[in-house]
Amino acid sequence: MENQQEQHIIGYKTLLNVLLLLFVLTGITVGASYLDLGQLNVWLALFIAAIKGTLVLFFFMHMKYEGRALRWSFLGTIFFLFIMISFTFWDVAFR
Amino acid sequence: METVKSFFETPAPARFKGVLSWLITTDHKRIGLMYLFAIIFWFLLAVVLGGLLRLELMFQGETFLSAQLYNSVFTLHGVIMIFLFIIPALPAVFGNFFLPIQIGTDDVFFPKLNLLSWYLYMAGGVIAVISLFSDGFPDTGWTFYVPFSISTNTNVSTAVSAAFVLGLASMLTGLNFITTIHRMRNRAMGWLQMPLFTWTLYATSWVQLLATPVISITLILVVIERYLGVGLFDPSKGGDPILYQHLFWMYSHPAVYIMILPGMGVISEIIPVFSRKSIFGYKAIVASSMAIAVAGSLVWAHHMYTSGMSDTAVFVFSLLTFVVAIPSAIKVFSWVATLYKGSIQMTPPLFLSLCFIYLFSVGGLTGLVLGAAGANIHVHDTHFVVSHFHFTMFGGTGFAFFAALHYWWPKMFGRMYNFKIAYIASILVTGGFIFHYVPMFILGLQGMPRRYYDYLPQFESGNFLAGFGAAFMIVGIFLMFANLLLTLRKDRDASSDPWGGITLEWQTASPPPLHNFTTEPEVLDYPYDFTGVVEKYSKKPKGE
Repeated sequence: MENQQEQHIIGYKTLLNVLLLLFVLTGITVGASYLDLGQLNVWLALFIAAIKGTLVLFFFMHMKYEGRALRWSFLGTIFFLFIMISFTFWDVAFR
Repeated sequence: METVKSFFETPAPARFKGVLSWLITTDHKRIGLMYLFAIIFWFLLAVVLGGLLRLELMFQGETFLSAQLYNSVFTLHGVIMIFLFIIPALPAVFGNFFLPIQIGTDDVFFPKLNLLSWYLYMAGGVIAVISLFSDGFPDTGWTFYVPFSISTNTNVSTAVSAAFVLGLASMLTGLNFITTIHRMRNRAMGWLQMPLFTWTLYATSWVQLLATPVISITLILVVIERYLGVGLFDPSKGGDPILYQHLFWMYSHPAVYIMILPGMGVISEIIPVFSRKSIFGYKAIVASSMAIAVAGSLVWAHHMYTSGMSDTAVFVFSLLTFVVAIPSAIKVFSWVATLYKGSIQMTPPLFLSLCFIYLFSVGGLTGLVLGAAGANIHVHDTHFVVSHFHFTMFGGTGFAFFAALHYWWPKMFGRMYNFKIAYIASILVTGGFIFHYVPMFILGLQGMPRRYYDYLPQFESGNFLAGFGAAFMIVGIFLMFANLLLTLRKDRDASSDPWGGITLEWQTASPPPLHNFTTEPEVLDYPYDFTGVVEKYSKKPKGE
C-alpha cells in the first residue's frame, strides 16, 4: 500500500496562476458561445469545462501530488462523466 | 467453543452500555446489525404494501383501494423496496459486517463515517415517512418522471429529499469500502486472493460512488423546477422532459447492478462451500464483476425506447444491452460448473442459492426480450416489465439476501436456526414467487398495462391466480424471518465454522470478537482451496 502521508504546500504564485488561467478559460467559454459551430458548441464548452475541472482538482484539491490509486480513481470519474455526457448525444444529436 | 468475548459483550467505545452502546458505536459489526434490523423492518412493511396492491388487483373494479390511494401505495412500495431495502440490503448489512473480516482487518477505514451513513439512512427513511403524513404521498411511482412530478400537488419534494439523503448514505458507504479494500487488506492478501463477495462489493462501491451523484443532482433539479419554475424539464418553458429520463436512468440502471452485484458475490461464496469444490473460473468471475460495473453504466436508455428519443439512440442502447448479458452469463455458467461433480451438501443457504440461479436466469433472459427494441415496444409499461423486474430484483437480490441471511446468521449471532422450517419457508417463498409472477408475464404479453388499479375483464383470472401466489409468498417470508429471529431467544450453539467455509470469517469465533481476530488469520494462496475441508469432512461426517 502506498504511503500518502506527505504534506504538500502549494505556493501562492502557483495558485494565483491557476486562478488567472481559470478566469481566462471562463472568458474563452463566454467568447466561444458567440460563435455558431452547430453541435460543436456543446463539445467545445464541455472541453473547456473539463480542463477547468482538471485544474481545480489537480492544484486546489492537490490531486497532482496524490498516489497512483487516487489518480486512477480520478481518471475513472472523468471516464464515467465522459460516458454519461457523450452517450446522451446518441439521442440529442440524432433527433 | 472459544472463550473469547464477542462484540456483543464488548461495546466500542467501551464506556457506554445498553442502547447507547449501539447508537454511538463505531464497530462495523454493530453498524451492520443496526442496518439489518432497520432493513428487515422496511422490507416487511413494503411486503405488506405489495400484498395490498395484489389484493386490490385480485378482483376487477375498485375493492378497497381507490385509484389515488393505489398510486400512492405502489409509489411507497417502490420507494421503500428500492431505496430502503434492495440498494442497501447486501452492502450495508453483510458488507459492513463481513468486508473487514474477509480481508483480515479489524474495521472499515472510516468507522465514524460508517456510523454517519447509518444515521443518514435512517434520516432518509424518516423523511420518506414524513412525506406520507404531510400532503399525501407522491403518486409518481419511484421513478418521479417529469412532467407529472413537477405538476402533481402531492408531496414530491419531500419524497425526493428522502431519496437524496439515502443517496448520500449510499455514496459514503461506497467510499468507505473502496478505501478499506485498498488500504486495510491483510498484508498477505493480494488482489487475486480476495474473496468474491469482497470483489463484488468493490465493483458495487465504485458504481455507488460514481453514479449516485447523478441522481442526487437530478432530484435537486426537480425540486428547483417545482419551487422556482426554472424550465429544465418542462417543454413549455424550453426544458426537455427526455433529459430527465436520461439523467434518472444514468443512475437508476447502474443502480440495479448496485443491487444485484453483491447478491452475485453471496452466491459465489455459498456455491463452492456446499459443493466442497473450488469455484469454477475465479478470475472470470472477478473480471465479469468489474465488466458488469462498467458495461452496466452504458445501457441506461434501454428504459426509454418509447420516450421519443432518436432512433439512433434506440439502436445503440439496444446493442449495448445485449453486451451486458455476457458477464452475467459468465457468472451463471461458472456457478453451475462449480456444482458439477461437486460433493454437494444441501443446506438452506444452498437451496436458496439454487433458487436464485433459476429465478435470476429467467429474469435475465426476459431482460433480453425487453432489451430488443422491437419486442420492447409491445410490452413496454406492461405487467411483463413488472414481472421481469421482480424476477431479477426479488428473485435475484432478494433471494441472495435470504441466502446470505441463512449462510452468515450463525456467524453473526452464534446461533443456528431450524433447518426444517427454513426449507418450508424457502419452498413457500419460491413456489409462491413463481405462482405470483409467471401469470404477470402472460398478462403483460396480453397487453395489461402496469400502474393501474383496475383492468379489462379478460385479465381477471390471471390477476386472481397471481394473488394466491402472493399470499403463499408473504406467509413464507414471515415464516422465514420468524425462524431466524426466534433463534435470538436461545443460547449460542454455532461453532466457528459450521459449514466448512474457508474464507477468513470462518477462522474467527461465532460471533466474532470486537477486533474480529484474536490471532493473525491465515490467508490462503488461493481463496477457494477446499483440500483441507474435504479431508476434514471425509473423516468425520458433519451433522447439523
